This record gives sequence, structure tokens and C-alpha cells, in this order.
Amino acid sequence: MTTNGNGLRWVGKRPVRPDGVDKVTGRAQFGADFTLPGMIVGKVLRSPHAHANIRSIKTEKAQALPGVKAVITAADFPELPSEIEQAGEVVLNFRDMSRNVMARQKALYDGHAVAAVAATSIEIAERALDLIEVDYEVLPHVIDVVEAMEADAPLLHDDLYTMGVEPTPDKPSNVAKRVEFSIGDLNAGFEMAEVVVEREFTTKPVHQGYIEPHAAVASASEDGLCHIWCTTQGQFMVRYYVSRLLGLEVSKLRVTPSEIGGGFGGKTVVYLEPVALALSMKCHRPVKMVMSREEVFRASGPTSGAHVWVKMGATKDGRITAGEAVLKYQAGAVPGAPIGPGCMCAFAPYDLDNVKVVGFDVVTNRPKVAAYRAPGAPISEFGVESVVDELAKKLGMDAIAFREKNAAREGTHAAYGPTFGEIGYTETLRVAKEHPHYQAPLGPNQGRGVASGFWFNIGGASTAALNVNEDGTTTLISGCPDIGGSRASLSMMAAEVLGIDVEQVRPTIADTGSIGYSFLTGGSRVTFATGMAVIEAANDVVRQLRERAAKIWEIDVEAVVWENGEAKPSGSNAGDFEPLSLSSIAATAGKTGGPITGHVSLNAQGAGPAFGTHICDVEVDRETGRVTVLRYTAIQDAGKAIHPSYVEGQIQGGAVQGIGWALNEEYIYDEDGRLENPGFLDYRIPVASDVPMIDAVIVEVPNPKHPYGVRGVGEVPICPPMSAVANAVANATGLRMADLPISPPKLLAAITNGG
Amino acid sequence: MRYLSPHTINEAVAALADSDGDVKILAGGTDLLVQLRAGMKAPGLMLDVKRLPELRSINVEKNCFHIGAAVSGAEMGEHESLKGSWPGVVEAMELIGSTQIQGRATPGGNLCNASPAADSVPAMVAAGAICTVVGSEGSRDLAVEDVGISPGQTSLGRDEFVVDFRLPERPPHSGDAYLRFIPRTEMDIAVVGAGVNVVLGDDGVCVDARVSLGAVAPRVLLVPDAANELIGRKLNDEVLEKLDAACRAACRPIDDKRGTVEYRTQVSGVLARRAAVIAFERAGEK
Ligand SMILES: Cc1cc2nc3c(=O)[nH]c(=O)nc-3n(C[C@H](O)[C@H](O)[C@H](O)COP(=O)(O)OP(=O)(O)OC[C@H]3O[C@@H](n4cnc5c(N)ncnc54)[C@H](O)[C@@H]3O)c2cc1C
Repeated sequence: MTTNGNGLRWVGKRPVRPDGVDKVTGRAQFGADFTLPGMIVGKVLRSPHAHANIRSIKTEKAQALPGVKAVITAADFPELPSEIEQAGEVVLNFRDMSRNVMARQKALYDGHAVAAVAATSIEIAERALDLIEVDYEVLPHVIDVVEAMEADAPLLHDDLYTMGVEPTPDKPSNVAKRVEFSIGDLNAGFEMAEVVVEREFTTKPVHQGYIEPHAAVASASEDGLCHIWCTTQGQFMVRYYVSRLLGLEVSKLRVTPSEIGGGFGGKTVVYLEPVALALSMKCHRPVKMVMSREEVFRASGPTSGAHVWVKMGATKDGRITAGEAVLKYQAGAVPGAPIGPGCMCAFAPYDLDNVKVVGFDVVTNRPKVAAYRAPGAPISEFGVESVVDELAKKLGMDAIAFREKNAAREGTHAAYGPTFGEIGYTETLRVAKEHPHYQAPLGPNQGRGVASGFWFNIGGASTAALNVNEDGTTTLISGCPDIGGSRASLSMMAAEVLGIDVEQVRPTIADTGSIGYSFLTGGSRVTFATGMAVIEAANDVVRQLRERAAKIWEIDVEAVVWENGEAKPSGSNAGDFEPLSLSSIAATAGKTGGPITGHVSLNAQGAGPAFGTHICDVEVDRETGRVTVLRYTAIQDAGKAIHPSYVEGQIQGGAVQGIGWALNEEYIYDEDGRLENPGFLDYRIPVASDVPMIDAVIVEVPNPKHPYGVRGVGEVPICPPMSAVANAVANATGLRMADLPISPPKLLAAITNGG
Repeated sequence: MRYLSPHTINEAVAALADSDGDVKILAGGTDLLVQLRAGMKAPGLMLDVKRLPELRSINVEKNCFHIGAAVSGAEMGEHESLKGSWPGVVEAMELIGSTQIQGRATPGGNLCNASPAADSVPAMVAAGAICTVVGSEGSRDLAVEDVGISPGQTSLGRDEFVVDFRLPERPPHSGDAYLRFIPRTEMDIAVVGAGVNVVLGDDGVCVDARVSLGAVAPRVLLVPDAANELIGRKLNDEVLEKLDAACRAACRPIDDKRGTVEYRTQVSGVLARRAAVIAFERAGEK
């Protein structure tokens, strides 16, 4: 085994992923694959109305249908007080979550769950749904965020008073929250400016589009012990949320995560899990629930659609003097749009003295939004990066040179608060500028766009265990579902520390009863935070291995070193002993003190902020408005790429999702607020032939807070594409497309009217 | 639900006549099974026509191609002489779905599903294809453009089905083409489709033409006014402009989730022009 030249054996290599064979052979068990003896099926009755009072729900007929074992409505869930609380690492209102899981008094969007049944077959369950009589009083609804903010808009909640406004308004509204932060003196900044660009943008809600629909099996026994098997980004999240929603003690509920077929943030919440468990608690049979794709679209969370206003000024020599933004984000049916991160990320790539950002969290008659890669950031960054492009053009400056002149660097005081440590933004700009793509010639009707992106990344609570087996192989246990290849990266870090072959590390993802608490897989945290726990656990195992060798050799532990997977005397005066391998120490572990295991829980601090810069070439068909992405290069600072293939995969996936967001993805509602395109046919995520090979270029500016320098990589890549595409379209056509998606009808109309 | 898979046309017609209309013909099932799953249809009888030999082959009789209604897209794509004579028809059929769908999807199903956006239909209409239709009363000929009448509705009787498509004899210097617009590159439904079929004289002047548009009206349109702009002329910008205008004038589209009236109208002319250029090129090469 050779090392990488930097002393590393595994970190930075590309071994086969441990979960690969199971996935390509169909052995992997996803959410819908799980079955239990005696299991029955659950189905949800969903509101056909965008907004309606529920006068009554009659379930008797459904209940009486042979084969029906349980019927539930909101009445079967405890009524929770409206309280905003810190739940682990996120801020939540469980009353709102409960209402989203099962409508109480009001249906708030087309697809909102109003009742559920469990029956011995799908056919019976579906017939039972038809027998449930819901008396709706249909109310006026509001879908658009700007309309929802108007004084006479239909009101979703009569007890919602805007937070963050002094004094608190005396009338309820759809605006749940106003946030604001500023630094410097905005007016002075704009006065210094010689060029100012001001523009409004709109973005549509877009769905994460994970290929695996939500699925759960729940079983509640007569003694009150409960177990849920489900597809999720966080088994501990499911355990806590479901416990709260159903009033259970946390210890009574065990949650086992399945293999997960994509989440992108959309599986950081619960939908079916509490419903399936509530059904099972009524009939004490295991209940399985699987959403159809239509249900996924109608009733699970996309990210916000938004209205964005951005104004920026710069001097003629290219210094940005001021940046201002007003962001209005849709939350969907209950409060909770990602407006905070949207505001904080907006201007984060730039070193600015004068900034003001105002944001609004607005409820509308749509499914409640859920996290989606870098929640909130791509929306505000789309506006800012489009304006940055326009400013550069007005100044006659190269788009990358203009960014370099204003880029955040080590020591920059970010407008959202912190002072950046070592960051790699300027590195991504330099690599972009020098990339052959940036110099390549363009043909007629072709254009090139550049855009950058920023995301914080997070750390947080993680637990890892590393068990040395009898034969010297090891078992690595993580509490975070593996969405992006983390079993590979965690194993590699363990193998690196232990000095053993990565094949000797067998990673597993444990249920909530088998490992200590771990925050969910999200915020690009697992390779960073759980990785730190793994490294510490491996270091602890090495310490124990040295102790065992010391005991065998009867020398001081300080005189034993661990090198290349073996214990050795530290020098000639320590004694003359044959090295002891991990397997030989493991074989005698029983005699030297018992099993050797490492177990670490920590709260990882020091997540590394990350930046990316994308270059996009498009060709515009001026007669049909079609935009074809010809070439795409995505450069990103990964800190350190533990397994470069999976870092590249994250970058490519984020870029493609962003291209879909830019060009075609949108929810289409009819006049009555019903979703018209709840399927992949008319909700157009890109297909493989729509995009070129995304050239992912990894830049490595190590995060000093992580032993190997890891930053998160999963979220940054979805931030730049919308503006990279829009900037390329502007370059090709001279038209600034400020409303997403830049779909063919919209672009053709713009070309016909002004191009 | 019952399933029958007869081996002769007579058996099939008898089963249809007995079924009181509570029946669906099953070819590749790529429309029907999706509709069944979605709860949009629940027929008492599924009559599979894939065992009927007349529907399953591609033959040449008296210099004319006969394409069985239940031949798959993949089979059409692999038929070299059909492709050589009718590249537009074959390409239109091959646009349907993906590799997997191509193994199942049939021209009969595409036509009888009666979607105005069906891809093979404008190409077949432009080609001047005639269907053989059988039923209790015997067999009759029906022009392809007369089969679909509105979304999901055909002019076929309750006991009738399509046996095959007969394409006209192919004179020298003839060519066809079909183009569709979709926002993606595949796996999508045509927002607009345009089929053009031309026969040229030795001098390159168009002696015969048919132009057809999809997804711009409740049914696939044959547009004689557009064809008339081509007949008697050589292709040049002025002719193309007139073809474009004639197509736009023929459109009667709706606004829906897949496109607006303005967009569909505008793009119908664009696609017709582009298809005409390809059809003339192909005709010129033969
Ligand atoms: C993923 C996917 C992608 C698709 N992409 C496209 C596309 O790009 N373009 C496109 O046009 N379509 C597309 N389709 C729709 C479909 O594949 C086509 O319309 C196909 O040609 C239908 O043929 P089939 O043999 O599968 O029809 P079936 O589903 O078997 O039948 C369709 C209808 O026609 C009737 N029928 C079938 N054969 C006969 C007959 N001989 N006589 C009378 N009635 C008959 C059936 O009763 C039924 O009502 C797609 C479908 C899917 C699932």
C-alpha cells in the first residue's frame, strides 16, 4: 500500500463504496422493501381543496368496511400548544408540524392529509378512503408569495402575527416573520457608487425530486413499545418528532433507517411516520405506508418559491460599495421558510462594508417547504449573482476579475456576522479563470455565464463506534444515514487512522437503540462531524491497541507506537520485539483486558464555510426559446476530498439540480389551487441527455478545524447554477431573465418582444 | 377484470362484440396500463391483440408498406427498407419514450389513445397512411387523420379495431420528416409536432405534399393550406415563410400546463419550416 505523498494511505483515494454491490444488484433494502409478519397497509385521504374549513369528518362507514383495522383523523393526535422551541439543532413548532402531518380544523393545501386508514389490502384501504365523508367549507386561497402578503389576502391562520416587527401587529397576517440585518451605512455606500444595478427576481418552489418516495412501517405493541422502519435522513429526528407528535416517551420508540434513495433535505421531516404509528397504536398491527409520486409532489416539501429584490452599487474601478436585498420566501402552509439562511448567504461571497438584508417568511396554500440543499441560499444568491454579473458588464470588467476584486478572504468580516478563517473562494475563482473552459471560443447564439455560491456547512452532534472484531477486522457504526457516500468516507478515515486496509472496516448505520444520539444527515455535516467522531474513536482504539501491546511486552505504553497497522517498540531502548499486528492483538484481546472498542460522542465545532464557482455555456434557439447547456464546469473548495469520486458526484448532482431549477422545474396550479403537474412527466427535472458531463473540479483549501481538512460539499453546488445559466443566457441573447424557470415559452416571448 | 389473448381476428371481433363496450384493446400497454394504475380506466375485459399475426408484421405489398398496428417502435426502427422509404414515420415512432418503452409502444396504440400530441400520428397523416379497421360488420379503410377526433376519443365503433397502416407507394424524389418540440430532450410529451411529406419532380419542384400538425388542436391536423404553399414550388425562404404562416393560421391550441396558445402557434410554424427543409433534402437525395 502506497501513500499519497502527503503521508496519507486512504484519504484522497477512490476505493469501491461498501454499499455499492448491494445497490447495483437490488439487494439494498429501501423504505418500501421492508415487511413484517401480520403487516397491513395504510393510506391517506388528502384534501382536494387548497384551502377549506373542515366542518366534520365522518369515518363510521370506512370503519365498518370488512378488512379495515383502523381509521384516524387529527382527533387521534394530541393537541399541542403553539410554541417555538429548540429541538436538538433546529427551531420548531410542534403544533405546526402536527397540523401539517394531519389537518386539524382546516385543510391548507391541495394534498393536505385529513384522515388515514389501515386495512388488510391496498384495495380495501382505498375503498375505505372513498367512504370517509369530509364536509369542507371551501375558502379563498392564495398561492403566490407577493399576493399572500397583501392586506386583503385570504388568511391561512387567524392567530399568526408577524414576529420581528415592533410593535407586534394587532392584526393577523400571512407574514410569519420579518428578519433584518445590516452592517455599515447603506446610504453612504450607495452614494459612493458610480454604477448601481437594481432588479427584481422570482423563483419557483422546486422539489428535491428524490427517486425514492417516502415510506414507513410502524409497529406498536400492546405494552406501548413502538418501532418504526423508514427512509429518512435522521432516525433520531424521526424518533424525537414522532414521540412529540404522539406524546410518547422517547425511550419507547425505536427507529431503524432503511437504505435511502435520495433526500436532499426533503427527508429531514416526518410525514407518514407518525401517521403509520398512530394507525398501528389503534390496531396493534404493523402498518406500512408508501407515498405515490403524486403524493410526494402534492404533500411533501419543496423549497420556497420567492420574490427577490437586489440593489448593488460599485465604483468605476470595480469595488462594490453597497448591497441591499429584500427577500420574500414562501413557507407553504405553516411558518418556516428558510429565510434566515437565505438572508445570511445572499452577500456572503463578498467583502462588503455596507449591507442591508430584509427577509419575510410567508405562509401560502402550498405544501409546507422542507429543506433542499443549502436551504434558502440558492434563491437569494441567484438574485445577487445575477446583479453582480450585470454590474461587471456595466463596468466593462471580466466577471471573474470583478468577483476577485470583491471576494471574501481570510479575515473578511462577513455581513452575516462571523469573520472568515481560511476559506477557498479566491482559489475557486483563480482555477475558474485558468480553466480551458473559460477561454474556449463560443459560436453563434451561444453564451457563457459565471456564478459563485456559498454555504456555511454545519457540524453538530454525532456518535460513532468502532469495534475490533476477533480476527482483527473492524465494524464501524454511524448514527447518520448514508446519502452521499459517507460509509465510504467514514471507513476510509477509520482505515487511515488504524493503518489498515479499508476493506477491513465494515461500516453500518445503526438504529436509535444501537448507537448514541446523532443529529440528522444534513447541512453537509456527516463526513465532517461524524468523521471527527470516527477519527476520535479510531484514535481511542489505537491507544487501547498500544496498551495491549505494552501489556504483552511488559513495557511502558509510552514506549509503544502504532504504525502501518502494527504496534512497534518506539525505539531500540524500548526493547526488541516483533511488531504486533491488529489481528494478533485482537486474537488475544480476551486475555489482555477484553474487547477493544472505541466509542465517541461529540458536538463537532468548526465546520468550514465553502464556496464554489461555476462556468456554464448555453446555446439559445431563438425560434423556440430552448436553452441547451453545452458545457458546464463546477469548481469547488472541498477542504479535503476524502473520496474524490463522491465529492465529484455531489458537485455534479447539485449542478444538475440547479440547471433543472433554472430551466424547467415549476409547480403549476390551476385556478382552484390544485397542483396540475404532480409527476415527473410535467414536473421536468433534467433527464441524463439534457445535460453535458459536468466537469467537477475540486479545490482543496483545508479546514483547519478538521484533522484531514474536510469542509462539507453537498450544498454549495446547487447555489451557483441558476445564475450561471441566467448569466449565460444574458450573454447569448442580451436578455436578463429574472424569472425562473427560464422555460422555452418565457424566453421565446422575451426574444420576440425585445431580443 | 378478464384478459383474453385471441389468435385470430374473428375471435377478437367476436369477443369485442360480446363485451357490451366494457372492453379495452391492449397492445403495448404503455398508455393503457398507466391509465389503469392511475384509476382512470377499469375495463371488464382486456383484449390483447399482440397474438394476431396480421397486427404483428411489416410487409411490402404492391410496392406499399403495410405496418401491423401492434408492431413495436423498436421493430420499426430496425426495419431498414421501411426506414429508407419513410424516415419521418420511423423517426416519429422512435421518439416515443425510451428504450424500454420502444420495446412495447405500437403505432396502433399511439393512434388509438387519441392524444393530439401523439408523435407518430402527424408523421402518419403527412405520409397519407390509411388504416385497415375490422369489426363485426367486416373491414373498412379509414384515413389516419380521421381516427382521432378529440382527446381520448376515436371514430372507431365499439367493436372495431385497427389492423394495420398502409403507406402509399413511394415515387422517386420523395421524403418525409417529423419534428416535435419538448422542453427536455426525451421522456416528454410534444408541445407541438409537425410532419411534412413531399414528392419532388426531377427539377426539384414540389409536385405533391402533405403537412400535419400535432398538439395544436383537439386532434392531429392535416393542413392542406400549408401543403399548398409547397406544391408547385421549390424551397426558398419565401415559401418557408408562407408555410410557417399557413401552419400558424391552422392552429387551434389551448393554454395548458405544457404550453400557451401563443407559444404553440409560433412554434408550429418554426417546426413545419424545419421539417420541410429536412423532407426536401431527403427527397432531393433520392
Ligand atoms: C414513459 C412513457 C413515455 C412516453 N413517451 C411518449 C412520447 O414521447 N410520444 C408519444 O406519442 N407517446 C408517448 N408515450 C405514450 C405511449 O407510449 C404511446 O402512445 C404508445 O404508442 C402507445 O402504444 P401502446 O401499444 O403501448 O398502446 P396501449 O397502451 O396498448 O393502447 C393505447 C390505447 O389504444 C388502444 N389500442 C391499442 N391498439 C389498438 C388497436 N390496434 N386498435 C384499436 N385500439 C387500440 C387501447 O385500447 C388504448 O386505449 C409514452 C408513454 C410512457 C409510459
